[in-house]
Amino acid sequence: MSEAPAAPQPGSVEPPAAARHLDLLLIPPRPRTGWRVLPARVVAMCVVELQKLRHDRTELYTRAVQPALWLVVFGETFTRIKAIPTGGTPYIDYLAPGIIAQSAMFIAIFYGIMIIWERDAGILTKLLVTPTPRSALIAGKAFAAGLKALLQAVVVIVIAALLGVAMTWNPLRLLGVAVAVILGSAFFSCLSISIAGIVLTRDRLMGIGQAITMPLFFASNALYPVAVMPGWLQTVSRINPLSYQVDALRGLLLGTPSHLGLDFAVLAAASVAGIAAASALLGRLAR
Amino acid sequence: MTSEDPVRPVPGAAPGQSLHAAPSRHTAPSRHTAGAPTGRPTAPDPDRTPDPDRTSAPDRTSAPDPAPLPDALACRGLRYTFGETRAVDGVDLSVRPGEVFGLLGPNGAGKTTAIRCITTLLPVPTGMVRVFGHDAARERMAVRRLLGYVPQQLSADAGLTGRENVALFARVFDIPRRERAARVGQALEAVGLTDAANRLASTYSGGMIRRLELAQALVSAPRLLMLDEPTIGLDPIARTTVWEHINVVRAATGMTVLVTTHYMDEAEQYCDRVALMHRGRIRALGTPAELRSDLRARRAQAARTTTTTPSAPRTSASSDVEPTLEDVFRDVAGTGLDEQSGDFRDVRSTRRTATRVG
Repeated sequence: MSEAPAAPQPGSVEPPAAARHLDLLLIPPRPRTGWRVLPARVVAMCVVELQKLRHDRTELYTRAVQPALWLVVFGETFTRIKAIPTGGTPYIDYLAPGIIAQSAMFIAIFYGIMIIWERDAGILTKLLVTPTPRSALIAGKAFAAGLKALLQAVVVIVIAALLGVAMTWNPLRLLGVAVAVILGSAFFSCLSISIAGIVLTRDRLMGIGQAITMPLFFASNALYPVAVMPGWLQTVSRINPLSYQVDALRGLLLGTPSHLGLDFAVLAAASVAGIAAASALLGRLAR
Repeated sequence: MTSEDPVRPVPGAAPGQSLHAAPSRHTAPSRHTAGAPTGRPTAPDPDRTPDPDRTSAPDRTSAPDPAPLPDALACRGLRYTFGETRAVDGVDLSVRPGEVFGLLGPNGAGKTTAIRCITTLLPVPTGMVRVFGHDAARERMAVRRLLGYVPQQLSADAGLTGRENVALFARVFDIPRRERAARVGQALEAVGLTDAANRLASTYSGGMIRRLELAQALVSAPRLLMLDEPTIGLDPIARTTVWEHINVVRAATGMTVLVTTHYMDEAEQYCDRVALMHRGRIRALGTPAELRSDLRARRAQAARTTTTTPSAPRTSASSDVEPTLEDVFRDVAGTGLDEQSGDFRDVRSTRRTATRVG
């Protein structure tokens, strides 16, 4: 019987003391309604992300290795070769915004794997039983991914600055950079959550994640201008949101010619579409 | 199978089938109640709620819709199928406010699927599930605000501290910032985790994680606490501790608890009423004492019938000993139990081992 060890109860149990102080647990909180729900859930998810990063920053450091290698090895070498027409900017400068976008995208793509892990662990299930509409939950996850990617972007910008990349320090432009990084990551995290909702298992998603990240990266203007690509790749690049993100980052950080209005419009639209698609597919993960 | 009434009062039936001295008493209500008109409360319903142990005749509360105090949970003809499998196959039950209701059954009986329907995780048609009068299909958010849910897995976020885990649920239940710290503190205190609150959940033991999840569910002041196998995989001491905290919280807050378990002894000890579920249907429902005394009565009657018909060799010796809920379950579940759910026996042997060790 379960009460077999009746005599010594574990020390933490003190029923009378616990019962005295439960008065607040009797009053249900007043629900937020309407538009206030979405920002509240986004804040809640972002807080969780920051708390996790505060307890364990390893990922932030280990993920800084790859962009550093891209800038140091690839960037320095191609700066010497001068094989890529960058319109006068040193290649490492040209490359830096692309690498910021790439490292942000890699973090965001990881979010689909995380949501499957959370589903398997029961965490997602529990969140789905809270008064959180699925779209608000996904938006929360998307912007939490954006926040994490933003911290990663700061690390990459610091590395780039140490390597002598001449970037702007205009706070308004940096704010624009932050928005571009967050919107881009929101889209890519929703893309991977959507794929997670389709394939449903971690193993399949790992394979697909590997398979799509590199093509997304190479079929964009992150490494070379769209003009040098063959025609079919230019088309792919034109529908790749990463290209618009890199274009915006380059324009803001380096002051190269760019289409900021179009870039931000595309990024915002892609984020909204991504959140809608991922919310629709989340139900498949819930059952 | 579907049209068969599981509690058929057939005298002298085969050992696997059930015999009822008073069939109207416990429910296992089948489709005839599911189709009953909704707006008509049964006469003695309103005065029934204060006494959960009462054994009066109208135990079934199929549809007391306009009653002053709605049932904490009312399922009517609840069904859910995964492809070909009928996981939940016409469940009618009502949980009264303030009681601890146990949903018992072997693995695969459909308990978790039923819970997932009630918690709005699985889509159900309108009218099947009501939580304090709110329809789970049409008023999802309202239902979720009334629920505290602890799933079967140990589901705390290992990358956060205990306090942060609870605070997340305070946030998503819209607890204002000025109350948040106090509420989170009370929830942690209620489960005895105040001292460990600032440690990462990855350092917690299984029992502590379970209690942390309980705190996560409690912080929003739910009225119906849904616990899916709350003590699965825990050692006997941790099981007792978890149950003690559930009881303390219930005593202090008066909240209703719906718990699924396959530990019959826990149900016997802690639940006001239990429903025995098998293959997606409820086979018996009542207080543990009622179910046991019914089985005793059935066995006594069976013993009498066998004396008149000597061809049926029954083990009438068993009618002398006090039956347990497990015996009741074997009785109502019938022969299917041994054929299909080997899991159930595994669980029992595990439990026996646990009892020996503990």
